[in-house]
Parts: sequence; C-alpha cells; structure tokens
Amino acid sequence: MAGGGTGVPGAVPGWVDHALLPLLNLLAAFTLSVAVILAIGENPLDVLGLMVQEALGYPEAIGYTLYYATNYVFTGLAVAVAFHCGLFNIGGEGQATIGGLGAGLVGLALTGWPWPLAAAAAILASALFGAAWAWIPGWLQARRGSHIVITTIMFNFIAASLMTYLMVDVLIRPGQQAPESREFDPGVWLPSMEQGLGWFGIAVPPSPLNLSFLWALACCVLVYLFLWRTRWGYELRTVGRNERAAVYAGIRPARVMIVAMLISGALAGFVGVNEILGVQHRLMLNVVGGAGFVGIAVALMGRNHPVGILLAALLFGVLAQGGAQVAFEYPSVNRELVMVIQGLVILFAGALENLFRPRVEALFRRRRAAVSTIQGRG
Amino acid sequence: MEDALTTALLLLDATIRVATPLVLAALAGLYSERAGVVDIGLEGKMLTGAFFAAAAAYVTGDPWLGLLAGMAGGLALALVHGFACVTHGGNQVVSGMAINILAIGLAPTLAFAWFAQGGQTPMLPGSARLPQIPMPGVEALGGIPVLGPVYRELVDDTNLLVWAALAAVPVTHWVLFRSRFGLRLRAVGESPAAVDTAGLSVAGLRYKALVISGLLTGMAGAYLSIAHGAGFVRDMTAGKGYLALAALIFGKWRPWPTLFACLLFAFTDALQVRLQGVPLPWIGVIPVQFIQMLPYLLTVLLLAGFVGRAVAPKASGVPYVKER
Repeated sequence: MAGGGTGVPGAVPGWVDHALLPLLNLLAAFTLSVAVILAIGENPLDVLGLMVQEALGYPEAIGYTLYYATNYVFTGLAVAVAFHCGLFNIGGEGQATIGGLGAGLVGLALTGWPWPLAAAAAILASALFGAAWAWIPGWLQARRGSHIVITTIMFNFIAASLMTYLMVDVLIRPGQQAPESREFDPGVWLPSMEQGLGWFGIAVPPSPLNLSFLWALACCVLVYLFLWRTRWGYELRTVGRNERAAVYAGIRPARVMIVAMLISGALAGFVGVNEILGVQHRLMLNVVGGAGFVGIAVALMGRNHPVGILLAALLFGVLAQGGAQVAFEYPSVNRELVMVIQGLVILFAGALENLFRPRVEALFRRRRAAVSTIQGRG
Repeated sequence: MEDALTTALLLLDATIRVATPLVLAALAGLYSERAGVVDIGLEGKMLTGAFFAAAAAYVTGDPWLGLLAGMAGGLALALVHGFACVTHGGNQVVSGMAINILAIGLAPTLAFAWFAQGGQTPMLPGSARLPQIPMPGVEALGGIPVLGPVYRELVDDTNLLVWAALAAVPVTHWVLFRSRFGLRLRAVGESPAAVDTAGLSVAGLRYKALVISGLLTGMAGAYLSIAHGAGFVRDMTAGKGYLALAALIFGKWRPWPTLFACLLFAFTDALQVRLQGVPLPWIGVIPVQFIQMLPYLLTVLLLAGFVGRAVAPKASGVPYVKER
C-alpha cells in the first residue's frame, strides 16, 4: 500500500529513480517554500542562506543539526521498516513517547550504575516499551484487520494522555509545579559528544549531540543487514510486496507483520534514549516534539533505504536547527516555517511522487528507442 | 432538582458547542471516504479554515466574508489532496499527513507575518463574529418548569453554525442514500471500476466529494475561530480533526451514527471538564487523562471488532487506475 512508485521496474536507470526523481521532488517543494517566504515578505535567498549557515556553518551548529538528525534517523528507520512490510506506521510519535518512558524509568532506577551499563539497559528498555506500544496496533492489523493507520493515530493520542497522567500524577518530583521527574544520577547520563570526543583528545564545543548518534548510525547498518541480508528481512519485504505470494512461499504474513511493527516501534523508542538519557536527563512531557511525524518525511525522502534515510535525516536536521535560528533573527519569521517546508517535502516526495515520473520515464523511453534505432541501422 | 437541571443543561450546552465542529468535520470526512478517498487531513483543513476565517473577518469586519474565506481555505487544501491522490494516484495517507503538517506550519506562519501577534490573529470584535440566533418566545416559555430553562439554555441564542451542523446530518443522509449523486458517490467508494464502466467519471465524482469535504472542514474551522472563539490562536484545532475521524469510524461511515458518536465524544469532553478533581462514589477521582483518551480507546476497540464492527468503504485508500 505504501512506498515504491507505480512505475514499471527498469523503466528508468537506477540513478534516475534514486537520485534524479527525489531531487526533482525536493526542488519542487523548495520552490513552493520560496514562494511562501516571499509571501511573508522576506528574501528567500537570505532566509535559506542563513538557515544553512546556522545549521552547518560552525561546529556548535553542526552539533545541534546532528542531534536533531539522530531523532529523525530513528523515526525514519521506524517508518521504513514498517513500509517494507506494507504497513504505514504513523504512530512513531506515540512509540517514541513510550520509549522515552522506558529509558526514563531506567534512568531513575539505575542510580550508581556505570553509564555504559545504564545506556545498554536504557536502549533495551526504550526498545521494549516502544515495541510494546507498536505491538498492539500491529497485532490488531494482523489478526483482526483493524486499519493500522487509524489505530496508530489513536495510539498517539492515548500515549500522550497516558504520559501526561504519569507525569502529572505519578512520576513528578514532589514539591514542584512543572510535570517533570527528578534529575537522573549524573553517572548514568549518556555522555555528550563533547565528552566522548574529549576522551580521544578532540575538542568540540558543547551541544545536545550525544553518543546516541553513534547508536543511530549503528541502527542504519543493522536495519540494512536485517532487511536485505537475513531471511526475516526477506520474508518481511515479501509480505510487503505481495501478501498472497508470501503465503504460497510458506510465509505467515500475520506473524511477519507483527514482527515488523515490533522492530518499527523499538526503533522509534530509541528517540527516548537520545532525548531523555542524552539531553534532558529527566522524564518530562513533549520531548518527542513531532519527530515521529518528521520520520514519515525522512522515510519517503530517503526511499526507505538506510543510506537515503541518513541523508534525509541530515536534511531535516538542517531544517530544524536552521529554522529555529532563522526565527530568532527575522522578526516576521517564526519556527513554524520549518513545518511548512516539511509539509511540502512530504507532499512532493510522498504523495506527488508520480508528478514528474511519467514525463521522465517517457523521456528515457524515447531516448532508448532512438538509441536502439541507431544501433539497428549500424 | 433545580440545581441538577442547571448542571445538566450546562453540560449539554457544552456538549453541543464541542460537537458542532466535530459533526461538520466528520461529515466532511464521510463524503470523502464514502467516495473512496481516505481523509486524515481533516485536522489540517480545519486549522486552515479557522485561520483564514479569522483573518478575513478581522480585515473586512464581516463575519460572512470570514466564513467564505474559511471555506475557501479548506477547499484549497482539499483540492491539493485531490490533485495528489485522484489526479496523480498518490498515497492518500501520505497526502493527508502532508496537508496536516503543512497547515500546522502555514497558519501560524502567515498569522505571524501578517498580524505580528505571535502566530495568532487579533481578537475579533463582536460584530465580526457569526451571529447567534435569538428565538422567539423565550419570555413566554420562561415560566414553564423544565421546558423554559431548556429552551432558554439550549435553543435560544444558538450560533448559526450549530444549526448548520445539525441540518447537515439529515441533508447528508438524504444526499447519500436518496439522491442519484449519493448513489454514485457510494458506488465510487465501493467499486470504482463499475462506475467507470457505467460511463461516469471516477475522478470527477471523487473531486466533487473532496470539494464538499473541503467546504465543510472550512466551516468547522470557521466555527472555532469566528463563532465559538473570537480569533485564531495557534494549534486551535488541538486534535479535533483526528477526533472527528474517530467519530466517523465510530459512526461506521453513516451520518446519524456519526452524529451520535460526535455527541458522545463531545459529552465525554464536557464531562471531563466538570469531573476534574471531583471524587465519584466508589471510584474516587478519575484522572482527567483517562477520560480524555476514552474516545480514542473506544474507536480502537470498535476497529478491533470487540464492540461491533466498523467496515470502511471497500475502495477507500486505493487510487483508481483506469488501464489494467
């Protein structure tokens, strides 16, 4: 139901499919973004220039950009794994929230543990919590046929309510107004990149970037290996391509779907490791901040491939960090401008992915026909 | 007794106020999904409608122009949805998601740039808001026990759009199940190929459904910003579009049950405000959040087939490709 174009395979060379068409779509999205910036009365070149400068221009900015990108890699991979199984997981937001709860409970419980053990425990806990939250919609889709798009949307809201209840009534540090838990023992904090690189004598300025970025990179590799180098991944992709064929191949689609959702939820849950254990060092509300939805854009942009997802996550990291800074500098621009660009990217890279495809394919067909005619004559 | 009646009336009044935009948006979704186009972009279209309604009402001082602008805003996004999903056969869920995110960004961005008040429109004066309609005979009926207060609280001085939402339900029922257009609309949602064979345009019918959907969501948004509220504020729909989607599913894609679902969800919302911190006998204080998650939980249970069964129109979510 999702992912992939409607184009005939092999109609165009791979580089067109994987580079030219996404770039054309991205270009269209940015053209409209420029129009929006013009409409609010700013110079688009200045705004976009400042955005890039503030996101990539100096080491601290790069740190922030990569910190945002870390979240987007996790949620982008989460969406992609489900996509490959033909499932549309819109619940990244909720799964990341609950994953954060898992990471936070570990942070609260493991006072006095060395950080590597705490980090391992938190990764496990956020994966389990996120997977559990994705398991219910996955199970409902696989066994009861409940539409996963709707159930995951509903579960986002249920997660938000549940988390608010827990923070306001249960996990709040007594004697304070803000719904936040106590701060974790500094010993279990996930080291920042500044600390981590410091061990090797490399000095970088402080930023929220922490070691979970490395875990995000590792997840890209692991997801690649899982999807394209294991039997499980093969079964998953087969179910996504053709459920009926999968049955004849001896695959049980219901089980594969549930596994896909478990992995997807676990990946989304890792946002909690980055945010809770790496940056906030306490449990609080709204830490996910839309990363679950950005993950959809990232997966679409990245064509559901880890390499593409990494690149797309970097692009959206640039948008998030650059956009926040632009809002500071320009009196008539606010933070939400980034969401306009995100929305347009999802529209053009996702929903309108067939906008340019027929024309480009026709172009290549004509060229191929011309080439074969010439060869035929020779 | 008098007290209980007042409480009940206040509760019902709040229910109606919350339900109005839900009904309009849910019916919008109903047209679109009955025609086979999944519409998770209700939230975004509502938000855009709310913004343009408030902006136009503020600039012109005319609430009717505001309403028109709001409906035009909803319509514009509905056409984007149609362009992506009907014309280009794009993924309907992705397109809906894009519309939601685009709207969450665009409305405050434009508000910020145009009005410079931190992403909202200025407060609207009373004259720029849609009027409430006074009913005759409030004085005359006032003396009658129960009926008098009910008439005064619930019927008198009700906003125009509340009546519009209420009227939209039987109209939708009639259109859907009694008119030729409705028959075709349902057919295109169940079996577009058959409609195509009959010589009707699948795309044309789906566009018509989307136009209605856009206008209704715009109206729902306008209710929030220029009827119930007095201006646009950031994220003012606050998930109501998704709640309307849940109500539509809970109502099994039928007008009257959808109205019932909207009223039920709105009632839980009104109740939750009243129940905050109030201990109930035997149960104690129910945390607000549990009441808030109730509509979503109920919808999931329904979808799971544990309470009844909700079956979507067969072709919804599937782009129609003519040549096979």
